[in-house]
Amino acid sequence: MRIFKKTAAVILAIMMFMSLAGCGNNKAPVSNDSSDTGTDEKSKSIYVGFVQVGAESDWRMANTKSMQETFTEAKGYKFEMVDAQQKTDKQITAIRDFIQKDVDYIVLAPNTEAGWDTVLGEAKAAGIPVIIVDRMIQTNDNSLFTAWVGSNFKQEGYDAVTALENVLKSKGIPDTQEINIVTLQGTMGSSAQIGRTDGFAEKMAAHKNWKMLDKQSGDFTQEKGQEVMESFLKSYPDIDVVISENDNMSFGAVKAIKAAGKTCGPKGDITIVSFDAVHAAFEAMIAGDIDVDVECNPLHGPRVEKLIKALEAGESVDKIAYVDEDVFYAKDAASIIGKRAY
Amino acid sequence: MKKSNIKSKHIINHPLFLPLVCLLLVLIVNLIQTPSFFKITIQNGVLYGFIIDIINRSSGLIIMAVGMTLVVASSGGTDISVGAVSALAGAVCVAVLGTGESYRMPYIISLLLPLIAGMVCGAFNGFLVSYMRVQPMVATLILFTAGRGIAQLITGSFILYVKPVQFQYLGSFLPNVPIPTPCFVATFVILITWLTLKYTSLNMFIQSVGINPKASHLVGLNSKMITFFTYVFCSVCAAGAGLISVSRTASIDANNVGLNVELDAILAVAIGGNSLSGGKFSLFGSVIGAITIQALTTTLYAMHVSADQLPLYKAIVVIIIVALQSPEPKRWYYMIKSGISSGRSAREAN
Repeated sequence: MRIFKKTAAVILAIMMFMSLAGCGNNKAPVSNDSSDTGTDEKSKSIYVGFVQVGAESDWRMANTKSMQETFTEAKGYKFEMVDAQQKTDKQITAIRDFIQKDVDYIVLAPNTEAGWDTVLGEAKAAGIPVIIVDRMIQTNDNSLFTAWVGSNFKQEGYDAVTALENVLKSKGIPDTQEINIVTLQGTMGSSAQIGRTDGFAEKMAAHKNWKMLDKQSGDFTQEKGQEVMESFLKSYPDIDVVISENDNMSFGAVKAIKAAGKTCGPKGDITIVSFDAVHAAFEAMIAGDIDVDVECNPLHGPRVEKLIKALEAGESVDKIAYVDEDVFYAKDAASIIGKRAY
Repeated sequence: MKKSNIKSKHIINHPLFLPLVCLLLVLIVNLIQTPSFFKITIQNGVLYGFIIDIINRSSGLIIMAVGMTLVVASSGGTDISVGAVSALAGAVCVAVLGTGESYRMPYIISLLLPLIAGMVCGAFNGFLVSYMRVQPMVATLILFTAGRGIAQLITGSFILYVKPVQFQYLGSFLPNVPIPTPCFVATFVILITWLTLKYTSLNMFIQSVGINPKASHLVGLNSKMITFFTYVFCSVCAAGAGLISVSRTASIDANNVGLNVELDAILAVAIGGNSLSGGKFSLFGSVIGAITIQALTTTLYAMHVSADQLPLYKAIVVIIIVALQSPEPKRWYYMIKSGISSGRSAREAN
């Protein structure tokens, strides 16, 4: 009994240590030069405050890096970033902090869509323009923010149709042949899922020979994507194309297809069209598993800089600014992978 | 006549009767809707079919449900940290092997270390529940939230991929074996647990602690130790399920491995006809419960229910299953039956 208590105490101590270590690693907010807030320097450089969601994915980290690399001191910017660790209240505090410091621009990547009216009203009253990136906010008062920069998910859906046309052409499949398509959808109701599904469906209508057999959600995860694909393969013995609304689900689909003894990719029977174009997807394209990948670009920095420059020059800017997004084919993957930032 | 009546009554009163009926109901829907559902073929050298999918995919849940059953029986509470613990175990496993072209450490270590990590998590839960007398849900809530955090810390918040093909054997198929490996693992866990319970007094001990820990203590049982043990066992099971999941995808996504699976594990225990307030339990009931849940998911996929309506159908079926197993329908059944037989005897008398 006694020994048992002792071991339990040791175990508890280890657990506590582990959780402490966890705190230590996450706590420090990332900031480039928050130490000096001298006003005389401000007159020379443009002071940009960036409120980031967190560091939850490769995509997000590339997003952060893009901002940091764009707004450098050398280019005449004073850049400060707050990592909100995926907490909306931390983001609100950070915005108030930036208003206090009287920054020139606030760039906000909102964690949630709703609940921004009050704090953005304060920024507006202080005369600080707010640029929203990535996710959109829900508000009745559009004057609360100057512009929004993000992905056009519907356009990504359109691009996927064009990409599939090209892939089918390069595989030498005639227009008359019936093409059986299944879709692995993302988390239902997410803007990426809605935009990509609708965009694809809209442009797909022009192809009479394309047939959407089924759509099912794989929740943007590899395991669910694999499970749904296994089911698809059993329900439909003759699948020609898989549209997978993110890369992780594509990896799952590839595993399911191979396990069933079928082939996929540029040299295989089943064509896979994926979205996001993360690093691992490029590796999969090089390995010959995925045919084509529609990018979801996290490099918002240059676009935001363009907006800020226009505002500095006193020009009016568009309320909605989409980032440039590309489509990558498997044959080009090997030459591009080295240049990718994420 | 009378003999068969007694026999049927015996079957109906068997604790596994209703869980089995529910599973059969789900499967019968398929017989009508998708006749090809029961077709099993050999494709690519392995068994292939919806039924195989169900057994394969439910293996992880079965393992978790076995552990959860003992926790529920001994403490009358649930361990809601199993999902997080499975993610943590998966993270440890991938961290051991690394993401290179070959393993960084021997494969066996990548199996043992995660299971030990699971043991530590279980010891933490068990200590809080049995020795500190914290409510099970509150005690396991700590790891429910912190477990994924620790897993993220281990993986550096990245999705990591394991490259060697052998790594996928545990979650898919061994070479030249047509049956999915997770089935063997699940069978192994069930057998070991069942044999241990059957050939030791543990079965009775757990039940008696679950029914009345104080009285059990007074008759000389170490109630706290027994509860503690069930939590350790449950977390080890969760870690095992995590290993299967990680091997299946050959990657660790600490945010998503075993997400919400604790609810499925608890549901499996409930569908298996076990009382969530502790005491008497049926291991095989929970196993059937776990298979039923997976059968339901696979059925809905096979019936091409659209993704936005899927949770609704699932909820409806679960409500029906749980309602069927509640005490009231049983009472109605006997009321109707006695009504019919009394009516018949009245008619016969006339």
